[in-house]
Amino acid sequence: MIEIKNLTFAYSGRSPIFEGFNWRVGRGETWSVIGPSGCGKTTLLYLLAGLRRPLSGNILIDDVALRGPRPRSGLVLQDHGLLPWATVRENARLGLTIWEFYGSDGKHAPSDIQLNKAQADQRVDHWLEKLGMNHLQDQYPARLSRGQRQRTAIARTLVMEPDLLLLDEPFSALDAPTREDLENVIINLHRESNLTYIIVTHDIEVAVVMGPKILALSEGFNQNPHILENECAGIIGNHNHTGFHHKCEELRKLLGKLT
Amino acid sequence: MKRVLKPSSALIGFLMFLLIWQVLAWIIRQPIMPSPVEVLPLFLTSIFGDLGIHFLASTGRVLAAIGVAVVTAVPIGLGLGQLPKLDRIFAPLIAIVYPIPKIVLLPVIYVLIGITDVSKIFLIALIIFFQILVVVRDEAANLHPELILSVRSLGAGRRALFRYVYFPASLPAVLTALRVSVGTAIAVLFIAEQSLTTYGLGYYIVVETYQVLRYPEMYTGIFAMSLLGLALYLVIYHLELKVYRYQDQK
Repeated sequence: MIEIKNLTFAYSGRSPIFEGFNWRVGRGETWSVIGPSGCGKTTLLYLLAGLRRPLSGNILIDDVALRGPRPRSGLVLQDHGLLPWATVRENARLGLTIWEFYGSDGKHAPSDIQLNKAQADQRVDHWLEKLGMNHLQDQYPARLSRGQRQRTAIARTLVMEPDLLLLDEPFSALDAPTREDLENVIINLHRESNLTYIIVTHDIEVAVVMGPKILALSEGFNQNPHILENECAGIIGNHNHTGFHHKCEELRKLLGKLT
Repeated sequence: MKRVLKPSSALIGFLMFLLIWQVLAWIIRQPIMPSPVEVLPLFLTSIFGDLGIHFLASTGRVLAAIGVAVVTAVPIGLGLGQLPKLDRIFAPLIAIVYPIPKIVLLPVIYVLIGITDVSKIFLIALIIFFQILVVVRDEAANLHPELILSVRSLGAGRRALFRYVYFPASLPAVLTALRVSVGTAIAVLFIAEQSLTTYGLGYYIVVETYQVLRYPEMYTGIFAMSLLGLALYLVIYHLELKVYRYQDQK
């Protein structure tokens, strides 16, 4: 589904974060991307979201070179990015409102589906309910807990029915029960719809829970991807599980070598 | 933004204002201080006649100036706020020009633009322009980059960002800037209308009544201009309360 070929990227005036970097993600795969802060994991996500352009090389999604944000990719950021002046419902509907604003033009919104107002509202209802936010839909974000804000941000992305979900530190600053709840939401979503997702995290346990495949990035400069197969993904809340524990150790050692 | 002016307290305020006016009229006992008992009936009859036309002329100029200022200052402010490089170039200039009392440019504007309505509207718009420019620029600069990125990832291009992010983000600040600058705008209008026109409350108060010693009529003009300021203030204030609804929930 995703093919990164020979990617080079640097912020202006700094040394490159990626140089000749190659990586493949198959349809329906789920990945964790982990690395120390400053290693470029968020940058990688922004590149995949089409919000940053590579200096050279190609990012192909479904064999099409990426030029700007792609309608079918959903992005969830750490600080939620909710509009403070809009209610939960208005925030969750934002993507569809923008879709209605431009029409199904293929650039800002998918061109193969027409969307009417009733369908849009129905989708919003569906995802707000699924994420347990429908009773709070008239609240403003300032009134919500962090977990509720993150649920709203996830609902806002899922109403767009993405086939690729990109998550940047979605569980950081959440308490453990809330985090496990949301881990479940994402993992179940993948099981139900074979959604491809890539989750960026600095947390070793989150990486092991969420990613059957783990990409480890190194500080400074990335050329060859370091990939760890992980059979312990999906074990939520039982961090004393022996295999899980070993996998965390293995990942910790790998990261130690990379820094 | 929590203090709402209730109709009952507005009425009490107005009655107190009339009372003090009346007491002053009793104390001063000169033609320059007529009683409200004389002025108010005169106002109520003349506002539907000659005075009404002057009132409409002034209102039109203020509203046109507000319109011009908003339409020009908001996009420029957004641009400066979102393009730090551009802002760094113009920030010193704006900082220098912003505090200049624009009224001193009146003669220059008359000569350059002419003595039409356009020059008066331009002068008032100039005052409001800088107030709005500065707050919109600061609001736009304070928007989180993550907010913009996540809305862009939902498919928003420049037009949708303006419609769904920049515009609602800067609206409260625009209204606040308008509310605090509308008083200055009307003061400047009063001065600008004293010459080179035949309609407007400034002209009515100074040329048609004051200079010919028609003091009670002059007060109907003063009263009308006060009402204009008060009405604009209250309308903007009301809009602000609506826009600020989400902040009350904090």
